Amino acid sequence: MSEAAAMTRDSGRESGGAPAADRPLVEARHVVKHFDLGGHFLQRERPTVKALNDVSITIRRGEAFCLVGESGCGKSTLARVVMGLLDPTDGEIRFDGTRIDALGHRARKPFHRRMQMIFQNPYASLNPRRTVQQTLEEPVRFHFPKLSDAEVKAKVEQVMVSVGNDPGWGNRYPHEFSGGQRQRISIARALMVDPDFVVADEPISALDVSIQAQVLNVMMDTRERLDLTYLFITHDLSVVRHFGSRVGVMYLGTLCELADTKTLFETPRHPYTRILLSAIPRVTTEEMQPPGLPGEVPSAMNLPSGCVFHDRCPLANARCSAEVPKPQSQADGTLVACHAVEEGRG
Amino acid sequence: MALLDVRDLVVEFPTRHGTLTALSGISFSVDKGERVGIVGESGAGKSVAAFAILNLLSRPGRIAGGSITFEGQDLTQLSTQRMRAVRGNRISMIFQDPMMTLNPVLTIGTQMIETLKAHRDISEAEARRIAITRLGEVKIPSPEKRLDSYPHELSGGMRQRVVIAIALLTEPALIIADEPTTALDVTIQAEIMSLMLALCKSHGVGLILITHDLAVVSQVTQRVVVLYAGRVVESGETGRVVHNPVHPYTRGLLAALPGEAPPGARLTQIRGTMPSLNAIPEGCPFHPRCDYVQDRCRQAEPALDSLDGHLVRCVRAHELMAGQAA
Amino acid sequence: MNRLAVFFGSDFLYRFRTDPVAVGATVVLGLFVLAAVFAPWLSGMNPHDPAQIDIMNSEIPPVWQDGGAPAFPFGTDAQGRDLLSAILYGLRISITIGIFAVMVQMTLGIVIGLVSGYLGGKVDAFFMRLADIQLSMSTLMLAIVALAVFQAAFGAELFADMAIIMLILVIGIAEWPQYARTIRASVLAERKKEYVEAARVIGLSAPVIMVRHILPNTLSPLLVISTVQVANAIISEAALSFLGLGMPVTKPSLGSLISAGFEYIFSGSWWITTIPAIVLIVLILSINLLGDWLRDVLNPRLYKG
Ligand SMILES: Nc1ncnc2c1ncn2[C@@H]1O[C@H](COP(=O)(O)OP(=O)(O)OP(=O)(O)O)[C@@H](O)[C@H]1O
Ligand SMILES: Nc1ncnc2c1ncn2[C@@H]1O[C@H](COP(=O)(O)OP(=O)(O)OP(=O)(O)O)[C@@H](O)[C@H]1O
Ligand code: SF4
Ligand SMILES: [Mg+2]
Ligand SMILES: [Mg+2]
Repeated sequence: MSEAAAMTRDSGRESGGAPAADRPLVEARHVVKHFDLGGHFLQRERPTVKALNDVSITIRRGEAFCLVGESGCGKSTLARVVMGLLDPTDGEIRFDGTRIDALGHRARKPFHRRMQMIFQNPYASLNPRRTVQQTLEEPVRFHFPKLSDAEVKAKVEQVMVSVGNDPGWGNRYPHEFSGGQRQRISIARALMVDPDFVVADEPISALDVSIQAQVLNVMMDTRERLDLTYLFITHDLSVVRHFGSRVGVMYLGTLCELADTKTLFETPRHPYTRILLSAIPRVTTEEMQPPGLPGEVPSAMNLPSGCVFHDRCPLANARCSAEVPKPQSQADGTLVACHAVEEGRG
Repeated sequence: MALLDVRDLVVEFPTRHGTLTALSGISFSVDKGERVGIVGESGAGKSVAAFAILNLLSRPGRIAGGSITFEGQDLTQLSTQRMRAVRGNRISMIFQDPMMTLNPVLTIGTQMIETLKAHRDISEAEARRIAITRLGEVKIPSPEKRLDSYPHELSGGMRQRVVIAIALLTEPALIIADEPTTALDVTIQAEIMSLMLALCKSHGVGLILITHDLAVVSQVTQRVVVLYAGRVVESGETGRVVHNPVHPYTRGLLAALPGEAPPGARLTQIRGTMPSLNAIPEGCPFHPRCDYVQDRCRQAEPALDSLDGHLVRCVRAHELMAGQAA
Repeated sequence: MNRLAVFFGSDFLYRFRTDPVAVGATVVLGLFVLAAVFAPWLSGMNPHDPAQIDIMNSEIPPVWQDGGAPAFPFGTDAQGRDLLSAILYGLRISITIGIFAVMVQMTLGIVIGLVSGYLGGKVDAFFMRLADIQLSMSTLMLAIVALAVFQAAFGAELFADMAIIMLILVIGIAEWPQYARTIRASVLAERKKEYVEAARVIGLSAPVIMVRHILPNTLSPLLVISTVQVANAIISEAALSFLGLGMPVTKPSLGSLISAGFEYIFSGSWWITTIPAIVLIVLILSINLLGDWLRDVLNPRLYKG
């Protein structure tokens, strides 16, 4: 096993030059993603979903970067673009200094090993026709073809134990497990190749509260033990407060605010962030209050002019409907994209 | 007298692997205008309880025992005919998926007016007027125009509001809402739950709110019933239950919430998973997952104990209440 | 072992056992297949061997009719062949052609369907238009043209020798769009599932993902259409043989038997054509009933609704 472990460690540092501890691990720069919805070929303007509009984030080594926002705001799309599951319409993705969005399949292989993903739906993310063992062995055999059968088996067992699974599950099929167990198997699959970076797209949303805690604990343990960097997507802000080191708040395909978790919860600046935080249900006997967010999220096919939030924002003025706010760095390093904050109107 | 009184309700699903007892004798009541929460994990029997009250159990489910007294009559004994006069009239139901209530091929207006005319002897114009008032109450902008919309033209949050408006149409005495906001975003959830809260208060309607979210329950209801494996394990005044939970399961659920722990700390987790209904352990059904388990827990199922109005099904309830249990 | 257990999950077997139509159809089909496999041992004679045929025995009616002979339970045909033996051998040929033609269809269909569904875009558009064009012409029409051209080009003799292979190829190639479309539809559904994305995250190449991950999850619909397609192939073969473009009279399939006996139907020798026709109908019916049942069971949308 030690040999296998050594091997995986070695090849971990093969690309991207010397590891620079202060260099960000993952960067998304000015990412734009539009989905063309076919449409008629005679139509001048094809319907386009503008899922991401110039989003930039930087994920530092070892942090748990959380992405929050309402359904449809583009969180999963950003995660998929980062993982290479979708090609960005514009902008670039860098991993450990190397631009990866334009790499060919072969050149990308080392990055496939270093970047892994955990999905939302525990019932769809494991192939129903493959045993747990087959599912877990596949990534190791693909990325470390030189390992012997015994080494692969040992690795599977070690990872299964490390995420709190019974190593005897190997010969069983996914349908024999509960949602929480499946999610832990998915985590094990992601960890099989000793990744540096793991994207978790709402990994606990489909689980019961008591099971959510189990899975979240496993993710926190592995993060510390294996020195992982996480991109964690969720719409549950109490999970963010607990798990995240920094948070990006998204609305309708744009990033409104990016801050340290503590700062964000203590001094939310963007008007949308403030409303979002006020809407978190808490265990208290205070009665639930309306969040004060009028209207509906506009369609991503027909974005509002200027600030995408202006037609629902309590602080909007004429400038907001005309000019797109740029993310501005605040004194404490927080980025906020809002004219009102910039002008000190908040 | 309570508006709704459920006594020792037993619901069974005969299957070819044997009979599943989805509810093994649950009791709770709802007073007039009272808001009661039912919480529990997936599969605990929350929805089955709601469907049993409305006599809408999907086959082969059946009520195998107990009574459901609503406004003085036992619903389990009513004929289909008389039940229909209660359901959707005196008791309304809101589901997680608004499309369970809404018919995709009819306009909102048609559906609302038909519902009204089915239960009231009123004119079309009168029905229309009431429908508009109700849509206004659930804060739907320009309700007159929305009457002509089809459900698919509305967003998820908007549809759920229409469903609430429909639920309120016949001025029911009780609304049963089964996870009405689980599929929605937090801001929309806050919007809709605060709306329901306000409407229940202003109309004096009773509410049974079914959810697995203890936070939502704490902010909306006055009393709460905690279900585990088809049994009531704890029930009482909401503030008391969420702030001073007694049953180890309720404690576990609350402790597992990330909002309650210091950031970054390990969350307190309940080990294992809820047993499937055909393999419920002997004794206390929670004992394999319980941190306070003792030998006697494995022997006989504990009874629901009353600790001055706060009901707990645990052999160690008194110790736990007094904070002595290790 | 375990794989089978999953596929035939207890529910599947239970539903099978409790459905008399499914059980009945399977039994009938099983008997036909056994009869076809063991034809040489079950038959009184080898109808393909001219030496065993005696023209003096021609047009003997079945045993239950006046003039019937116990040696020929279903009577004989115009050339003096034992009809039962001819049917058994014919069944063998028909089923063989049916199964192999479906294997050809399946291979073509799976490859095209997988590639089309997984890659999408222009490749998909090309193959699906091709499928549309091919489906707009009937299988029989295509087969007739192909077989007639072959027969004219290479002569009837060579054609008679090659008939089985030609029929398998022609029916196989003519019907790939059915498979390709079904596979493509399930690939489109499966491709969206997260396990496929997980495989892409690992870095597996498209062919590996298609074959290892997606294909096994499209097997249920494949099984369903395969039953129907075997039945269709057998019918197509029978029709082609009936038109004289299929199996030669010396090596008759069910279709050629029906065809050969057809001219005698009004001269009183009704059995020569009727009995093989009944066998064909029962065979097709049992396959289709089984296919319907499979479709009901394996299509969750139908039985959950
Ligand atoms: N393949 C696609 N084709 C067309 N539109 C898409 C596609 N994928 C996503 N979209 C659209 O892009 C927008 C962003 O979607 P995305 O899935 O990233 O949202 P999300 O923030 O992850 O939401 P959720 O919380 O619901 O998962 C949505 O409007 C969605 O409808
Ligand atoms: N039609 C049915 N046939 C057999 N068993 C059923 C049927 N409907 C419900 N059950 C069983 O009854 C139990 C309780 O189900 P119920 O739907 O009430 O759970 P729930 O508490 O509402 O969970 P969720 O949070 O997932 O909605 C489950 O174990 C379920 O398997
Ligand atoms: S009765 Fe025993 S096992 Fe059950 S909850 Fe109480 S302490 Fe735990
Ligand atoms: Mg998403
Ligand atoms: Mg439910």
